[in-house]
Amino acid sequence: MLNSKQKINIFKTASLCRNFEQETFKYAKEKKIKIPIYLSAGQEYISSTISNLTRELKINPLIFPQHRCHSIYLSFGGDISKLINELFGSSLGCTYGMGGSASIHSTKINMFGHDGHMGTQAPIGVGACFSSKKPTIVFLGDASAEEDYVLGAIGWASTKNLPIVFIIEDNNLSILTRKKVRRNWKMHDVGRAFKIQSFDINDSPEEIYKYKNKFFKQPLLLNINTNRLFWHSGAGQDSNKTFDRYKFEMKKLGKKAENIHQINKKKIEKIWLNRFEKQLKK
Amino acid sequence: MAKSLRETIKEITRIHLKKNKGIVMGQCLTAVGWVNGTLPELYEKDGMIELSMADVAGGGIVVGAALMGKKPIFIIRYQGFNWYNAPMIVNYACKSKEIWKVPCPMLIRGIGMEGGIGPVAGSSHHSLYFRMPGITIFSPMTSGEYKLVYDYFIKNDDVIYVSEHRNSFNNAAELPDKLEGKCDIIIFAISITRFEAIKVKEILKKKNIKIGIANILWIKPFKIKNSWLQNLKTSKYGGLVLDDDYESGIAKSIANDLNLKSGKKVFTMGLKNKSAGFSKQTDNLPPNSNEIIKKVNSIIHLLSKNR
Repeated sequence: MLNSKQKINIFKTASLCRNFEQETFKYAKEKKIKIPIYLSAGQEYISSTISNLTRELKINPLIFPQHRCHSIYLSFGGDISKLINELFGSSLGCTYGMGGSASIHSTKINMFGHDGHMGTQAPIGVGACFSSKKPTIVFLGDASAEEDYVLGAIGWASTKNLPIVFIIEDNNLSILTRKKVRRNWKMHDVGRAFKIQSFDINDSPEEIYKYKNKFFKQPLLLNINTNRLFWHSGAGQDSNKTFDRYKFEMKKLGKKAENIHQINKKKIEKIWLNRFEKQLKK
Repeated sequence: MAKSLRETIKEITRIHLKKNKGIVMGQCLTAVGWVNGTLPELYEKDGMIELSMADVAGGGIVVGAALMGKKPIFIIRYQGFNWYNAPMIVNYACKSKEIWKVPCPMLIRGIGMEGGIGPVAGSSHHSLYFRMPGITIFSPMTSGEYKLVYDYFIKNDDVIYVSEHRNSFNNAAELPDKLEGKCDIIIFAISITRFEAIKVKEILKKKNIKIGIANILWIKPFKIKNSWLQNLKTSKYGGLVLDDDYESGIAKSIANDLNLKSGKKVFTMGLKNKSAGFSKQTDNLPPNSNEIIKKVNSIIHLLSKNR
């Protein structure tokens, strides 16, 4: 099980992501960000937990994310200022102003940008893993996992027994269309049909850590049920009754976590303001 | 004796796997036939990777290998299969260097063929790639041209589409341009139509119609040689672009470029605007020598009338 140090480390990462997204929300709402944004608040415990898990394993995996990727980028050590620059469309951004919110990348953390077609990161990640033999994580949403080519890629990863982990960030929504409207099957059943160890779990760090020893030994698929707090795209909220893993974990961890939250909040507000002012001067 | 194109591709593939430590990926590579004899008999341990039959995913898997710098050669056995194999190549590999400054070099061998193989497998489909940024397109029909293309691939980090044609694999000759003196019409020929253009030149010579031939190897970026432009400018009736893809694609685009640069009318021929059936009477084949001659005569007739 997780000890308190591990829990706090994961919370620190999640707190960075949450506060970043809250600020992004604010700047988008005020129309200071002028491009489409895909906020990952609510889902950040997945990438926060997995990045801490891979750090403990002393592995820097190849990372193939999709459009809702701010938390993935930040969790694995992506530069905050460069991401803000990117959202402002600056050439100093992590993707030189070309990637926007959805196609960010960082060679420093082995994160490969996404092209905008949902699910292409699966075959591309499988090909990268196969040819390099490096441990690889492919992040997918529950909707992109439905793409036919994702299934073909998972099948091939199984055939070649690759050191790859497919993480399905399952928020149950494709824009606002629920899973049950779109399909009558579950992703972990599909994984098992392809002879891949596959599990359907929630986004609590304890739950994810149960599978730590299975990472990168052979293909693994985790369908992780989570919640998106904000709109599919843009700064808005579909419901104020959505379960919030971050707040739940903060409450469980108590005062220490609240302090971390406050420190990160101030730190990130300051970085955003600094970047915004520099942007204005330009 | 000069090597056939088939033997040259086979030798280049062996060099790519054994000397340059690249990989080759595709479907049904190691089955009987070895892609019409263009592959050496090597297997996965040597870098010859069999993909599953999942076409769209397969294209993405090759892109992933390219991202890792493995310089994959991706074999698409019939160019029509590009409709399912190309999406991640054109939307990821071709854009990677521009968006993320991460090159994704790969060479796609798209193999054209026609005649009784129906509405999907037949003909060339290089126009499908042509409109997208970040791709270089060649159509080599000779050993010398193929070596030049491979050399370019090894020295650069481009995504390269090589539009091949099975009917050229036995060819052992080089095919230089034929642009001596003042011509009536210059034919700009792509892929397998180059062989028909040679026949046309010989037939029309007997009728005192002088045809010049410009062989298009570099399709994108389209490189207009000075000699082509000069000969086109001095030609009596302008130019005719031949393609074995649909006419409304590369052929018309190239014709437009040539027209703007030379001020001469440039006509086009390619596949007809219809689906190919399997039977002879319903097939859709690239322009043959008879059809090209008819077109040349109609151009001469049209432009003579307007003079």
